[in-house]
Amino acid sequence: MSTGTEGLVSGNPGPRSWRVKIERRLEQPRWLMWISPIILILAALAVGAVLLSIVGVDPRLAYSRIFSAAFGTPAGWLRGEIYPLSDTTVKATPLILTGVGVALAFRMRMWNIGAEGQLFIGAWATTGVALHLLSPETSPWIMIPAMMLAGFLGGALYGAIPGVLKAWLNVNEIITTLMLNYVAIFFNNYFIYGPWALRGFGLSPRFPRNAWLPRLMDLSDRFPIFRGLTAHLGILFGVAAVVVVWYILKYTKWGYEIRVIGDNPEAARYAGMNLKRNIVLVMMVSGGLAGLAGMSELSGVVHLLQERFSPGYGFTAIIIAWLAKLNPWGVILVSYLFGGLLVGGDQIQPFGIVQMLNGIILFVVIGGELLLQYRVRILRPERIVERAAEASGS
Amino acid sequence: MESSAKVDVPAVDMRGIVKRFPGVLANDHVDLTVYEGEVHALLGENGAGKSTLMNILSGLYQPDEGEIRVRGERVSFGSPKDAIRQGIGMIHQHFMLVPSFSVAENIMLGMDEPRFLLDPQKIEGTVRELSERYNLDVDPSSKIWQLSVGEQQRVEVLKMLYRGATILIMDEPTAVLTPQEVEDLFQTLRGMAKSGHTIIFISHKLDEVLAIADRITVLRRGRLEAAGVEASSVTKKELAHLMVGREVLFRIEKKPAKAGEVVMEVEDLQAEDDKGLPALKGVSLQVRSGEILGLAGVAGNGQRELAQAICGLRPVMGGVVRVHGKEVTNAAPVVLIKEGVAYIPEDRHGVGSVPNLSVAENLALRNYRWPPIGNGWRINRVALRKQAVELVQTFDIVTPSIDTPSRLLSGGNLQKMILARELSGDPRVVIAVHPTRGLDVGATEAVHRLLLQERDQGAGVLLISEDLDEILSLADRIAVIYEGQIMSVVDAEDADIEELGLQMAGTRVGAGAEKGEA
Repeated sequence: MSTGTEGLVSGNPGPRSWRVKIERRLEQPRWLMWISPIILILAALAVGAVLLSIVGVDPRLAYSRIFSAAFGTPAGWLRGEIYPLSDTTVKATPLILTGVGVALAFRMRMWNIGAEGQLFIGAWATTGVALHLLSPETSPWIMIPAMMLAGFLGGALYGAIPGVLKAWLNVNEIITTLMLNYVAIFFNNYFIYGPWALRGFGLSPRFPRNAWLPRLMDLSDRFPIFRGLTAHLGILFGVAAVVVVWYILKYTKWGYEIRVIGDNPEAARYAGMNLKRNIVLVMMVSGGLAGLAGMSELSGVVHLLQERFSPGYGFTAIIIAWLAKLNPWGVILVSYLFGGLLVGGDQIQPFGIVQMLNGIILFVVIGGELLLQYRVRILRPERIVERAAEASGS
Repeated sequence: MESSAKVDVPAVDMRGIVKRFPGVLANDHVDLTVYEGEVHALLGENGAGKSTLMNILSGLYQPDEGEIRVRGERVSFGSPKDAIRQGIGMIHQHFMLVPSFSVAENIMLGMDEPRFLLDPQKIEGTVRELSERYNLDVDPSSKIWQLSVGEQQRVEVLKMLYRGATILIMDEPTAVLTPQEVEDLFQTLRGMAKSGHTIIFISHKLDEVLAIADRITVLRRGRLEAAGVEASSVTKKELAHLMVGREVLFRIEKKPAKAGEVVMEVEDLQAEDDKGLPALKGVSLQVRSGEILGLAGVAGNGQRELAQAICGLRPVMGGVVRVHGKEVTNAAPVVLIKEGVAYIPEDRHGVGSVPNLSVAENLALRNYRWPPIGNGWRINRVALRKQAVELVQTFDIVTPSIDTPSRLLSGGNLQKMILARELSGDPRVVIAVHPTRGLDVGATEAVHRLLLQERDQGAGVLLISEDLDEILSLADRIAVIYEGQIMSVVDAEDADIEELGLQMAGTRVGAGAEKGEA
């Protein structure tokens, strides 16, 4: 196959034509960091549009349906119809909490794939407090904080397990966190089919009213516009979590250590940082936020413990953290986008279209990120010839 | 020169070579003419474009502009295989050998022949014949991991000769060798040149270049400074001027040391390397305040492990480490930092810096714990940035801004950043491991000046280096380490470069060596 002359060209190849050079960018310009996710999501929608037309769906119709279901229409906004935004907020709430937790762990290159399990354990602990530990008459001012604490602690302790295993035995956290998801889900099943079951239905009894997070519709007496809106207080937990994580990363010693360890653990060790303690701590906070998501979902939306109260929020959180480039504020934006897709998906049939779009978005965004690290330069032929002439002349 | 007169057509003729990398013009219309049978040195600082030019000649890169002629014929190489077909072979700084394979197996590796069945005996025979002819002493049946670095280099040379290379490019071949091994290599190269081979020798060491080369080409910042000057017609000073673009002082101004009490000592220190084999076999050293103790040795003889064991980054299996009389054996790294031990690690990218964090945040890696930067559990970003601005200025770190990620700094500036961080806290002990490895003349000067300045301010400096010239010009006392043991400790004035070289290669030298200990 290979002969002696292969690759040997006699004579200069000669830059007589246009040439395209692809080279790696040394530094990503700031504007590109902000613009690129938008460009890439639009590109993903374009790819989705092609696929939709192939199966005979009008992409414009499908997209406008999804959009209006998720975010409303301008005409609707003028009429005061804000329920689509409220619905999307409901879906975005657990995504923000789990997403920002996962992003924090990822910042330290702890690949916490276990947010789903931590969310379930958080929900379980919340249920224990709401139904069994405190009496139904407990004031919400005590009930809700106790449930929040339980949810956070449940997730935190569950997250600590892979953390400890990683820190002291160097067990791969991807495997342990992934597997512990299933342990948590079946652990939950045991309680809702067993000790906590309501007549063997796979449901726990309903939480007492005092264990419910306040919703916008609870204010509809004073603000009629809120009638029927299900957005609940949990969204504020999400926003608070984002603020706290952002502050930790930027303005605290601990956040500085997380970023150093995430970028170069050898340098962190050299600088005298305690890697073991940080691994466990980060896994606990990451798990705790997922556990809080479980609490907020039960206390704000479902009001009881059931088998499938999460459509995989903890897994979507991984995608969200990644698309947000591990930036806490980005998590809010991306969570709203995915929340919107979930709400829109309920409105259009078949449901699979939305899942397909999810997949395409992930695919295009992660693939496109890589492409954006390169730039394309087009060299015009005249200039090359000029330079060549200059070179041979010198 | 006689060799150039012999043949009219140059063995290699590169004209107007241009190579761009993103943001860098690595070669800017460079010419290089090399005649058959000569040793041609390609001289330049780091980043001058020497390796780029040779990677183009050996087919690894394609030039953006310019033409290459080999023995008069115009060529264009798509890969190193094309180059080797024209008889051009390059020996890289980092050897490309499989440690668990034998010499002969490594030499066959990647060849088209034999296609399927191997005949090790035949290959070993050919290899033996080659090694005898060129005086490249190495046993073809031994495994690579059993060989010394010098022997491994010979295998690389044999590999190229076996492939029929007549034009050999050697990229800084002496960087890893002891002085004796360098002499052996030079003999071999002279012999090969005599038998008609052409050798292109990349280096930034002036003495070497003058010792081995017939003609010299100098590059600076990707441009040609001198093309093929006769080695006999230039002085070291002139070459340095061409290479650096300004006058260079070779002698470092050095005041006599005012050595005080012992600030750091290790006693019978034992530690293992990454593979769990003994790397330190009872090392005892003392560093006094106000002196530089130079630890000479070929890399890989326990230097890295010694520095790590002192700084708490590697478990100590036996023996004691003391700083200012206080025992810190196996203490956490943060304890050593608090005791004022500054550590300049050999691996600037992998250990000494956090590549994606900004220069400002990298500069705080040591003192982020304490005021003014550390403030309770928070970080004072204003103080952090203020420190960065000051250090960048004091230590002359060239960076676009203090927010630039440190991975974008050049080697010299990265090292200055690390020194700025480690030395700014007024350390009592400085441990510097290969602090100027890979740095150009200007940056090396700066590092040397800083280490001497620390010494004059009363710190005890342990300078670990494989560059004997560096040790001789900086150290007040010199120790030699070989296979995890200290061969000798002598006062710098009594040091004999021949003896040190022999000890670096493992030969114990008689009584004279011990006298400086007192």
